Amino acid sequence: MRVPVDWLGEYVELPAGVTGEQIAAALVAVGLEEEGLHGGDVAGPLVVGRVLEKHPEPQKNGKTINWCQVDVGDSNGTGEPQGIVCGAHNFEVGDLVAVILPGGVLPGNFQISARKTYGHVSAGMICSVRELGIGEDHDGIIVLPRLLGEHHVEELGLQPGDDLIPVLGLDREVVEVNVTPDRGYCFSLRGVAREYSHSTGAAYTDPALIPVDPATQDGYAVELADAGIPELDGVPGCDRYVARIVRGIDLTRETPEWMQRRLLEAGMRPISLAVDVTNYVMLALGQPLHAFDLATLQGPIVVRRAVAGERLRTLDDVDRVLDPEDLLITDSGTRILALAGVMGGEDGEVTPGQTTDVLIESAHFDPRSVARSSRRHRLSSEAAKRFERGVDPDVTDAAAQLAVNLLVEHGGGTADPAITDADQRVATRGPIELDVTMPTRYVGVDYTPERVREILTMIGCEVRELGQGTISVTPPGWRPDLTDAPTLVEEVARVDGYDKIPSVVPRAIGGRGLTHGQRARRRVAGALAGQGLHEVLTYPFVGESRFDELGLAADDVRRTALRLANPLSDEAPLMRTELLQTLPEALRRNISRGSRDVALFEIDTVTLPDHAAQAPVPGVGARPDDAVLQQIRDAVPGQPWHVAVVAAGQADRSGWWGKGRPVDVTDVVAWAHSVADTLGVPLRRVQAERAPFHPGRCVELTLEDGTTVGFVGELHPKVVQRLGLPDRTSAAELDLDVLVAASERPTQVRPLSTHPMASSDVALVVPRSTRYGDVEASLRAGAGELLESVELFDVYVGDQLAADQQSLAFRMHFRAPDRTLTTEEVNAARDAAVARAAKDHGAVQR
Amino acid sequence: MSGPNTNYDPVEVAALAPEALEANVADALDAIAAATSLEELKAARLAHAGERSPLALANREIGALPPSAKADAGKRVGQARGQVNQALAARQVELEAERDERILVEEALDLTVAPARHPVGRRHVLTVTAERMADAMVALGWEIAEGPGVEAEWFNFDALNFDKDHPARQMQDTFFVDPADAGLVLRTHTSPVQARSLLERGVPLYVAVPGKTFRTDELDATHTPVFHQLEGIAIDEGLTMAHLKGTLDRLAEAMFGPGITSRLRPAFFPFTEPSAEMDFRCFVCRGEDPGCRTCGGTGWIEWGGCGMVNHNVLRAAGVDPERYQGFAFGMGVERTAMFRHGIEDMREMIEGDVRFNAQFGMEI
Ligand SMILES: [Zn+2]
Repeated sequence: MRVPVDWLGEYVELPAGVTGEQIAAALVAVGLEEEGLHGGDVAGPLVVGRVLEKHPEPQKNGKTINWCQVDVGDSNGTGEPQGIVCGAHNFEVGDLVAVILPGGVLPGNFQISARKTYGHVSAGMICSVRELGIGEDHDGIIVLPRLLGEHHVEELGLQPGDDLIPVLGLDREVVEVNVTPDRGYCFSLRGVAREYSHSTGAAYTDPALIPVDPATQDGYAVELADAGIPELDGVPGCDRYVARIVRGIDLTRETPEWMQRRLLEAGMRPISLAVDVTNYVMLALGQPLHAFDLATLQGPIVVRRAVAGERLRTLDDVDRVLDPEDLLITDSGTRILALAGVMGGEDGEVTPGQTTDVLIESAHFDPRSVARSSRRHRLSSEAAKRFERGVDPDVTDAAAQLAVNLLVEHGGGTADPAITDADQRVATRGPIELDVTMPTRYVGVDYTPERVREILTMIGCEVRELGQGTISVTPPGWRPDLTDAPTLVEEVARVDGYDKIPSVVPRAIGGRGLTHGQRARRRVAGALAGQGLHEVLTYPFVGESRFDELGLAADDVRRTALRLANPLSDEAPLMRTELLQTLPEALRRNISRGSRDVALFEIDTVTLPDHAAQAPVPGVGARPDDAVLQQIRDAVPGQPWHVAVVAAGQADRSGWWGKGRPVDVTDVVAWAHSVADTLGVPLRRVQAERAPFHPGRCVELTLEDGTTVGFVGELHPKVVQRLGLPDRTSAAELDLDVLVAASERPTQVRPLSTHPMASSDVALVVPRSTRYGDVEASLRAGAGELLESVELFDVYVGDQLAADQQSLAFRMHFRAPDRTLTTEEVNAARDAAVARAAKDHGAVQR
Repeated sequence: MSGPNTNYDPVEVAALAPEALEANVADALDAIAAATSLEELKAARLAHAGERSPLALANREIGALPPSAKADAGKRVGQARGQVNQALAARQVELEAERDERILVEEALDLTVAPARHPVGRRHVLTVTAERMADAMVALGWEIAEGPGVEAEWFNFDALNFDKDHPARQMQDTFFVDPADAGLVLRTHTSPVQARSLLERGVPLYVAVPGKTFRTDELDATHTPVFHQLEGIAIDEGLTMAHLKGTLDRLAEAMFGPGITSRLRPAFFPFTEPSAEMDFRCFVCRGEDPGCRTCGGTGWIEWGGCGMVNHNVLRAAGVDPERYQGFAFGMGVERTAMFRHGIEDMREMIEGDVRFNAQFGMEI
């Protein structure tokens, strides 16, 4: 909400010389956050210019710029035309525009100087409303008659070179505040002024307290035909509708300059007298109005719900199919004039030059009904923004009166004495009972009962004593957000000042700190980083094309991914099912930026939509029953924690100290093992074939009971190529939740033997298709309890063996818990191991 | 060479003549002194103390002497050989010492360029920042909870008193899961874990929740569609906004240093009432530099939202609001890290450039 300071000063007493900054600070203290300060930050020369020449020049970048000669009178000191480059196209030779000359300053302390651009020296700039900080329009530069109205420009007699700063109100300040959704009344000067008064104690004059002509029986017929529908809890769509008529207005008259200026300052564009007056009243009192051309109305105003199949072309020129929940303004019930509280249609609109008699609608609509229509039709408007946050239903008639007064005064019409006020409000909320000690118990500041009553009265509530320390509080019409005791507590706390709240550290009951899983993830991350890997966080969004790039088969379960209804990019509408679907991008980015030796890891959840369930949405304010809660929980897809690794370049860096060694799949297997070792979980390895890995260079890691932990491998050469990764990039992905669960129980140790160790080497010839790990497992199984460890220390293939044979050299270490082993014992154990390998794999000792 | 001769006079045997022995010793000592390396000394040893050296040969002649002459000749030869061996040993020590020193000089390495053979990797600043924040809460006696990123709409909104038609629900820029009636969203804040924790753990409850959150913002220098929050919720008997402020003060100190306090400003959130925005004291200027770039001269830096937990949130979790009350807060981990480390562009935390990581230690 943009708050022009001089307008604010009309409703609340501002100290002499107060700055926008001070006003903003006072509003922040009561909860209206500062969004910006405007005005006072444009420094001249900002002058009227007349475009004399306009030469479009296409540029290499596809843009076309205009090289212009602009008459700026004598303001440039020479009287010669200024040469200016302008990127906008919404103007013609002869137009009056706003020109800032070198030496001027635009908002944001943007200094203007003559500069060389597009092959010209551009001596200044032709400005847009955005650049001047007076609006958000992107439609190009300001053409003054369009912005200010032709009449007004003529009246002012604007000539090239004239100072525009006072004309555009740029010497005056505007405070822009953010209005939170509970404070709809602050979308008006009336509301903001009241808050300023609460913050500072300055005297406040309610602009809605004007003499209002009483309603009569012979006013324009209005029928509130909606008694409420179950979808909206039976709340009537409209419970108050004031219709006022002004006859004989000349709508071609110019809106008075002061009103135009205020509208501009508040961020609205002046359009025509009737529209400007309705907008002005909306900004002043927060009540959206609609003006109809009385002559075109074909019967009584009927406010009703839409019927399925009805359509309306709204003023933004979109033909809309209406929903039975939409509330409509119709005349005679059949012709639709407006989507109530949201936007009007073509019928019934006021046309300057034609319309002489105007019917002003000032109504109160159900906030939820307006909110839903606005959302349903993706149609947000200044009116809808206010109605859905709650408009003061007590101000309906005063707003209509103010509009009538302004139309009579500036349009030359006469107010019709027949006045409709269809008022069918029922008290939906009783007063709120408040224990006067509650603010103190809730906030921790000692508020006396007198202070509580004083503040609640100050903000407009009616306070009644109920005795025994309880008061009855009836909130004012503009505060539909005050619904229960805590909302009143907030009023007490904020008006008294949040800065008075002391700081007390609560004594928590003491908890369990981090869970095992949280600690485990930290350890794993630390271990990987300690081995040279960098932790990164990638976005979880992927597209199907990524599954193709990774070579996932058509029926691969990893293609079953959760789909977003409104993804940021249609290329990536899915939630990843593995981290390796997104982590390689980070590797590629590093390589493209010149890093060569890069090992990355990511720890995050993946989303596995293993079941299609619908989560109920049972609404606010009550605990759903256990069955519904369980349904909600069950519908949330599984999201296990994973860790993934991807690496390229050198594992052992080369440099002046010597040669390096490229990273390969064995490094990644070792890192994967270090993850499990960090958590003390033994793993098994099973040769595997699985996308996205090289079919001959991939291993599955499992727990000892066979539960899959993950896969490690070199990426398939095709995958490497499709993802643009360095050759031989290797990767791993492990399910951390499996490892965390497997490490939950404390390790139980075996006592260490201090007796000497005996070692024995064996070389076994087996077919090359035999897996190292299988031979090792056979040796372990055969050697029995005395075997302490076994390691594969050499693999030989070559001339001394048949082409399909390999020789595996193992070293076995033996130790007994209670004695020194004899040579015979060691040999017997070794022979048993070899015999087992021979039996299992046909291994022959070499 | 002379053979054994029983009537041989040693003085008559040339090799055993004192002059000859002296000359041999002198030659030997000269050669030893002249040896400049262990190899030359080895040659000198062979020449003057080896089996074929003049002194060794002289020694052999002794055997042929008559017994009366043997003792005298033996003594003289022994003295001569002793003299030579001593000199050899001394020179050996000298030359070995020289060699040892030379080797140390020769094998010196220039270590002034770091040998980056196995550089250590790094944790990501956001995860470590979130851990640090969580640890600060653990130090206050709180537990650390988690919840799913793909969340039930009810937990993300309704359980937190976001009515379906309330503008606040529309302002969340929510990612919805397809189909639209799935009732699932990407959580827009970590706050659904408030409701989950209340339902699962009951009251009294002191729980902090670090986690990943999502909004449909395009990535730029100050926005990211995927970001992180730290949520806190405390429900007990007698908790007030003063306790909220005390907790925030402690957390601000833990993240930004001693004496850094928090400030509350009125605000609105559906799941708290009263609600507040929280700022922390600018740790650069402490509110004393109107030209401060960190806080823009305001002396305060926006941190997040907070307030007393709305009764409807308690009711949705089956907690009696007449008996229990408490507070909740949530702040951005990105924002916390950006201010702590002077990170000006959000994208640096997103892109995963190892050069960015390498600027930090493992603990930050
Ligand atoms: Zn500062």
